[in-house]
Amino acid sequence: MKFGVVVFPGSNCDQDCFYVVKDVLKQPVKYIWHKDTELDNFDCIILPGGFSYGDYLRTGAVARFSPVMDSVIDFAKRGGIVIGICNGFQILLESGLLPGAMLRNTNLHFICKYVYIKTENIKIPFTNLCKKNQILKIPIAHNEGNYYIDDDGLKSLEKNGQIVFRYCSPEGDVNKESNPNGALANIAGIINREGNTLGMMPHPERSSEAELGSEDGFLILRSILKWLGSK
Amino acid sequence: MVKPEVYRSLGLSDEEYKRIIDVLKREPSTTELAMFSVEWSEHCGYPHSRNLLKLLPKKGKYPTLIGEDSGGIIVDDLAIIFKMESHNHPSQIEPKQGAATGIGGIIRDIFTAGARPIASLNSLRFGPLTEPYNRYLLRGVVDGIQFYGNCLGVPTVAGEIYFDESYSGNCLVNVMSIGVAKKDELARAFARGVGNSIMYVGSSTGRDGIGGCSVLASHEFKEGEEKRPTVQIGDPFTEKCLIEATLEALATGHVVGIKDMGAAGLTCSTSEMASVGNSGMEVELQLVPRREADMEPWEIMMSESQERMLVCVKKGKEKEIEKIFSKWDLHAVVIGKVTDDDIVRIKDKGKVVAEIKAHSLTQAPVYDMPYKKPAYLDDLNKLDITKISEPKDYNGVLLKLLGSPTISSKVWVYEQYDHMVQTNTVTLPGSDASVLRLKGTNKAVAATTDCNSRYCYLNPYKGAQIAVAEAARNLVCSGAEPAAVTDCLNFGNPKRPDRFWQFKNCVEGVASACKFLNISVVSGNVSFYNESVKGVVNPTPTIGMIGIVDDVHQVCTQFFKNEKEIIILLGTSKEELGGSEYLKEVHGQVKGDAPDLDLWLEQAVQRTALDAIRKGLVSSAHDCSEGGLAVALAECCISNKENMVGAVIDSLTFDVRKDATLFGESQSRIVLSCSKKSVHKIRDIAERFGAPFQIIGRTGGKELKILVGKRKIINLSVEGMFERWIDSLQSLIMA
Repeated sequence: MKFGVVVFPGSNCDQDCFYVVKDVLKQPVKYIWHKDTELDNFDCIILPGGFSYGDYLRTGAVARFSPVMDSVIDFAKRGGIVIGICNGFQILLESGLLPGAMLRNTNLHFICKYVYIKTENIKIPFTNLCKKNQILKIPIAHNEGNYYIDDDGLKSLEKNGQIVFRYCSPEGDVNKESNPNGALANIAGIINREGNTLGMMPHPERSSEAELGSEDGFLILRSILKWLGSK
Repeated sequence: MVKPEVYRSLGLSDEEYKRIIDVLKREPSTTELAMFSVEWSEHCGYPHSRNLLKLLPKKGKYPTLIGEDSGGIIVDDLAIIFKMESHNHPSQIEPKQGAATGIGGIIRDIFTAGARPIASLNSLRFGPLTEPYNRYLLRGVVDGIQFYGNCLGVPTVAGEIYFDESYSGNCLVNVMSIGVAKKDELARAFARGVGNSIMYVGSSTGRDGIGGCSVLASHEFKEGEEKRPTVQIGDPFTEKCLIEATLEALATGHVVGIKDMGAAGLTCSTSEMASVGNSGMEVELQLVPRREADMEPWEIMMSESQERMLVCVKKGKEKEIEKIFSKWDLHAVVIGKVTDDDIVRIKDKGKVVAEIKAHSLTQAPVYDMPYKKPAYLDDLNKLDITKISEPKDYNGVLLKLLGSPTISSKVWVYEQYDHMVQTNTVTLPGSDASVLRLKGTNKAVAATTDCNSRYCYLNPYKGAQIAVAEAARNLVCSGAEPAAVTDCLNFGNPKRPDRFWQFKNCVEGVASACKFLNISVVSGNVSFYNESVKGVVNPTPTIGMIGIVDDVHQVCTQFFKNEKEIIILLGTSKEELGGSEYLKEVHGQVKGDAPDLDLWLEQAVQRTALDAIRKGLVSSAHDCSEGGLAVALAECCISNKENMVGAVIDSLTFDVRKDATLFGESQSRIVLSCSKKSVHKIRDIAERFGAPFQIIGRTGGKELKILVGKRKIINLSVEGMFERWIDSLQSLIMA
């Protein structure tokens, strides 16, 4: 079970993802420089958070042209497991692996804090250890996490169960008050139609150890491991 | 012959110009003059402060490291490197870029030492938010810190924000960074080995920030001056790449020495690397990557363009170093070599434009400045407490203090900073100090910044001691042993005897408190000329302190955890109102003396709290600072939004006036909460260390009730206090 963490210039959660896989999940993991294109030896590719290319032009807009992204797209098309976290999610949107786009947070500020998300789809590689509608305490840290998609797109996401996580209150109410960034329909994470590519704004790698305040994010990593193990 | 107006415009005095001629034994060239002006400025050469800074202790309970650009301590096989620096003047002019480049500069000081930056802190001071320009400054500074710091992936974990009239016209932006390295992998900032190459790495050189440190940081502001071009522009993305490339390059073992090009740019890095290495250096300016055509040699030497470093590389290894930097799309160019004389020789198209002994540049003149106690101080220190009426409505006073901008929650600010990246932040912002685990060990580092400058205004010596004591107290409350200090000394014009008296007393205060507590001062920065037509800033010796947590599982936070626990007050409340937030906010007075500080008592209280925390006896610990005991208790109730716990304080003794007991700012007091079965154990520890101990109440309920006898003089819902405290700052900023 080999995990790969892609490093773009400006990635800054790459080392956190690497650490959590190696030292907490205790699985083999390698960095993948954004100019490398060889992904055959990997089972799961992580696109980490950060400010790839300084967020210049638009978040993820430059990173999608990095050589590694063609390989990531092939890898996903072949059924490989891909998870994009925060800036990684933004890159997945820009590269067309996931539908929709990111707007700036409605308060026009960077927001770093713990939020709660509700797990709506548990039949996928990323959440198979979660209970239906399980509430996870997990941090966000972004400027542009205000997810947007047109009406038809939203309907299609809803219909196909592609909305994996929605921002909610600690009690699980999905409402305006619990939406930190203005994301459409409180969307915090979505998956592609095939179910092997997840994008999410919250950071599971920051909530995988009790001493950091929450282990809820670790469920996502353990779910991936379980799915890969049973494949 | 250089005209006096030329060297004066560069910040040099007539005497200094004469001294340059003495040193060179001839007239300086334009480039040389520029180089002297920046190297002898306060920012680089410390001419007015160097003599006094010698007082600061360089030894403490942990082995101390003093590097060229920063310092630190050794903990097992790790070096914890840290430093604080000011970026006051640039921020006053252009708050976003001023603050952003402040972060960039301080972080470069850390990774040039070979340490990976693990955290940033900042201490910010502004004039009242009722003035629109101060709101603009606060918004801009916070925006600059988030813009730069978040992109770098270095968490901004702690700090402080104060508001005082004295900062209108000259805000203070003090930024601190902490890094970690293996102790035998630290890098030095020197050039050595004749024939070794001098490489320029990072961003290209432009005209931005020319003379930033000599022109900006070494003079006070006058009305209508246009100084914006002297502010640098930051690019955090380049800095992030520079961090990774630099640490990769250092790991090759091919780097002899490395130095950041911050203040005074290429002038500082060439002359100081040569001087520290007792070497000479020859550099060709045409080889320097530039972003503008036709730059004059002196402009290239003076430029403070950001995200650049100078590296001394072993001969023959240049290609390997270049390869690393080009992987990160950064320049890496050989621009010169180490020579066997002790001269810094700068050439432009082969022609020598500057030729100066390295030591003569780096040995700035030292001045013993005259000092005199300010005439107003004796009057100011007189406070007749009997003329201060006791309040009728204690609830109203507490709510007013909780809503005062200095005391209110800073959540609006720190939620804009990524404080969790790197996954080390064990205690998040919002408690007395933040705590970061050290991966691969069982230990953690706690960090805080502190200075109540109103105390320093009323009594600089004691105020500076209190800044040290309070920083240590904050660390103790977080479960850490106070370990070492970096200080950022912000003062007015040192040529004015009353300002210099403040400076002298503050430095002596910091030195004496650090010596008493056995804490070394490993690094620091002096910022003079913090004054404008609106006046001079309060003397502000900001203390950045780190502490070591031996077992990361023994950290402690300030908020009450459980109902029905016992609340203990360590320390004594005295009849002191001088310099308090209460006296200012409620009675409109800044008067009296700073609170007493008995360092023996301070130590006894701190040792008691730390010992009790380490033995696992304590549920929460919080120090009493601005707003006194009542505010401290309120914060214990409300600072964890998800679990607010009320309290009934029914056995507090009122030995002094009620308002002094509740809102006075007596030092050396800590509020603890613990389970019933731990109480006697904590009492035993307090007795052993000689710390005053009293049980003052218990946790529980949805209100904070404080009783005098049977009468509740404070009875407020935790929700009500929370709302006042949480929203106040944001509503003032958005006004």
